[in-house]
Amino acid sequence: MTAAYVHVPFCGRVCPYCDFAVVAGRDGLMDRYVDALISEIGMEQSIPALDAVFVGGGTPSRLPAESLARILQALTDRFGFADNVEVSLEANPEDWTEELAAGLVRAGFNRVSFGAQSFDPGVLRYLGRQHSPADIDNGVAVSRRAGFASVSLDLIFGAPLETPASWSATVDAALKLEPDHVSTYALTVERGTALSRLVSAGAAAPDPDDQADKYELAQRRLVAAGLDHYEVSNYARAGHECRYNLNTWAQGDYVAFGLGAHGHVGGLRRRNVRNLDTYLDRVAGGERPELGREVIHGWDQELERAFLGVRMRKGVEVGRVAPALLSDPEGRQLVDGGVVAIRGDRLQVIDPLLTDAVARVVLGLAEPDQALSTRT
Amino acid sequence: MTTRIRNFSIIAHIDHGKSTLADRLLERTGAIPERDMKAQLLDTMDIERERGITIKAQAVHINYPAQDGLTYALNLIDTPGHVDFSYEVSRSLAAVEGALLVVDASQGIQAQTLANTYMAVEAGLEIVPVINKIDLPAAEPARVAAEVAAVIGGSPDDAIRISAKTGEGVDELLEAIVTRLPAPSGESTAPLRALIFDSYFDSYRGVICYVRVMDGTLATGDSLRFLATGLRDHADEVGILTPDAVPVASLGPGETGYLVTGVKEIDLVRVGDTITQSDRPASEALPGYREPTPMVFSGLFPTDGDDFERLRDALDKLRLNDSSLTFEPETSAALGFGFRCGFLGLLHLEIVRERLEREYDLDLVATAPSVQYRAHTTDGKIVEVRSPQELPAPNQLTGIEEPFVKVMMLSPSEYVGTVMELAQQRRGVTGELTYLTPDRVEINYEIPLAEVVFDFFDQLKSRTRGYASLDYEPAGYRTSELSKVDILLNGQAVDAFSTVIHKDKAYSYGATMTKRLRELIPRQLFDVPIQAAIGSRIIARETVKAKRKDVTAKCYGGDISRKRKLLERQKEGKKRMKMVGSVEVPNEAFIEALKIGDFE
Repeated sequence: MTAAYVHVPFCGRVCPYCDFAVVAGRDGLMDRYVDALISEIGMEQSIPALDAVFVGGGTPSRLPAESLARILQALTDRFGFADNVEVSLEANPEDWTEELAAGLVRAGFNRVSFGAQSFDPGVLRYLGRQHSPADIDNGVAVSRRAGFASVSLDLIFGAPLETPASWSATVDAALKLEPDHVSTYALTVERGTALSRLVSAGAAAPDPDDQADKYELAQRRLVAAGLDHYEVSNYARAGHECRYNLNTWAQGDYVAFGLGAHGHVGGLRRRNVRNLDTYLDRVAGGERPELGREVIHGWDQELERAFLGVRMRKGVEVGRVAPALLSDPEGRQLVDGGVVAIRGDRLQVIDPLLTDAVARVVLGLAEPDQALSTRT
Repeated sequence: MTTRIRNFSIIAHIDHGKSTLADRLLERTGAIPERDMKAQLLDTMDIERERGITIKAQAVHINYPAQDGLTYALNLIDTPGHVDFSYEVSRSLAAVEGALLVVDASQGIQAQTLANTYMAVEAGLEIVPVINKIDLPAAEPARVAAEVAAVIGGSPDDAIRISAKTGEGVDELLEAIVTRLPAPSGESTAPLRALIFDSYFDSYRGVICYVRVMDGTLATGDSLRFLATGLRDHADEVGILTPDAVPVASLGPGETGYLVTGVKEIDLVRVGDTITQSDRPASEALPGYREPTPMVFSGLFPTDGDDFERLRDALDKLRLNDSSLTFEPETSAALGFGFRCGFLGLLHLEIVRERLEREYDLDLVATAPSVQYRAHTTDGKIVEVRSPQELPAPNQLTGIEEPFVKVMMLSPSEYVGTVMELAQQRRGVTGELTYLTPDRVEINYEIPLAEVVFDFFDQLKSRTRGYASLDYEPAGYRTSELSKVDILLNGQAVDAFSTVIHKDKAYSYGATMTKRLRELIPRQLFDVPIQAAIGSRIIARETVKAKRKDVTAKCYGGDISRKRKLLERQKEGKKRMKMVGSVEVPNEAFIEALKIGDFE
């Protein structure tokens, strides 16, 4: 399976918790940026026809439909699209109009993921969002009418001012819209963000126990509503799992374009510059806007496979990791303590809230052969 | 020749200006050019300078041209000024004929000074009272001079009034040293007897002793014998300190200086020992040598187990310079390999620990300090207990005795009530009051040593706005109602946190420790019960609730490298934890939980 990621950094304003490559107040550069994306796509090596495309941000829905159509066209021209290709974009509910939605469907988009975040106006304000709960309802309805095959909602839980009742109401309001896919994210204080500065200055921080409660509440409700909990933070109706993300978690190949974008082809991971002007200058100069690269291979690749795979609720193929885990004292503790289980040929985290405790141990495992040779 | 020598010490309370006065004497006699003066020249250790106290006695030789036209050799032996170090004070006093009793003109005489003055008087020293800091606005030289006269006898006019800071009165004082202090006596032809009053280890030259020759002559090349330890060696070099080391051919009776022997067996050189010549030994050692008796014990463990040998080496070297420090290897299930160390008191412990960390670059955890208990067992034996682990099980015990000390406190009379209250809270018995003057009271109590060594001194100071002072001496053992409190993590006792404590304080110790640990131990994948127990009886309990959430919300294409590195860094951080059973305890938790504090 192959995929492509396209990053659109433009935002009306930067949300206080966001640490992605984003810019606000620079919409005047949109046309140049789209041109640059198309040039960058032209510089990429050939890979088999794409099974999934994801246009993320930032706020891709700030771009005109024609610009987004040009980007898709460039991808088709360069790589070709497989049959049944999944073509997603991220959208802010306040940008969404009948016209834009129709234009995007015409251009080839068939999946939209809304940054809904909450149905509580107070929480939306805290999160720095511009839309109202009604905008979300409207966005979903418009998408259905326009013919999007799959509609997803992103929700953020655990803001310090969010009550358990507020979160419960948000989950119910989301389910009422019958989304095909839901992502639920614990609000995280990332370094360098406005939120992080506020918390350092003494503002309330998210409480991990409150977030655990809310995580479990969402898990119960969403699963009860018929959505499959397929990854730590993701739920989908059958057949609506995000194929683009499934590919990255399965260490598949994906090319990536735009500010701060990361691609991975054949064990080579590349990342782009995060500064908009540098990006535009580099591409204008006929250069790839690459900031760095790393090669993932051998045992390292095996560990990464497991580290990504344990985020999947169905687990990950045991491969060479399971024996290493069982011969590691900490790994043994996780198995004996019921945090992780080996079921048939799969390694599975029992409580998804403790996934990182498992991932940390997995990433520290010694290669079994080496472990054996150092012991003898 | 001895008629032109004067050996003297300075007795002073902390902050009464001893070091400043010593500096001033050196400067006035040209021993040190003014531009080389740094404040508190005699206090060479960084810690001494920072804490403003003298830990180690040091000796300086000064040439002083007196008003009678003759030049005198003045040997100043500096003495420690804290209650923990009275043995070293007694050895310094044995090396001199006279002492300057320096008293702050605004504060008056303090308990420690008084105790040292009594020691000096008993040793037959001539005392010259010096009233210092007369330049201060709050100075009351007349009142303080009268107080001093009341304590040591003589007239208030005997006191010399000076300001070590401005230099006023220092010339008069130098004259008084020559005219009022006696010259040393001693037979130059008698067999050699030299007193070691201090020593330190130099990594190039081995052990260096500070000595006072009482009889005979100590010359470079002499074959020597150390009477108490039996060590035999020869004198590689003898010399005087001006304060720089200047080699001389020999030291005669009454003279003080240093001796280099090249000895590396540092535990064989002890303060208080007598050095003689091996081919013509003195028949009798100088009086007063005693084995150092530590009062407070604590386990010192390197946070990095690989540093165990370095710690041993560092302790070996420190002991040379500090004969009162004792240590023996100890193993802790929680902390690994370390040493059970004996100290004179808590300040001594802190100083040793700080020197080990600073001068030897070691990272240490110190276990809860303990005194030495005596356990009486059911089979009629008496077991000396220096560590809570050594205490026999409750069913094998018939009783426990603990050391008491006779505590002498001097306080302005307005604070008598609060001082007595403190003494009684600390289980003090048989209180006794003596009014030295209408507004100065001597308060005597017998108090368990364990209650005195922790923060008694700090409490006394804070309750009397710094005016009260303290000294104590051993007063034997008494039976007390003591029990051992264990701290259990996930059901497993952590030896480092066990303590022996009076039954009235066991609950507060247990409650404080369990609460502290609950804050200090990070949440784990399972609940961690923290219990305090006396035997099998649980007296306090807290729980570190299991961690419920340990997961990154997002991990997509652009996050993979970053999340992976973050997780790897977190994993690295876990290596700084100690495993106690299945519980991960950060090194800092041991240090923080064991910080000495009030358990009330």
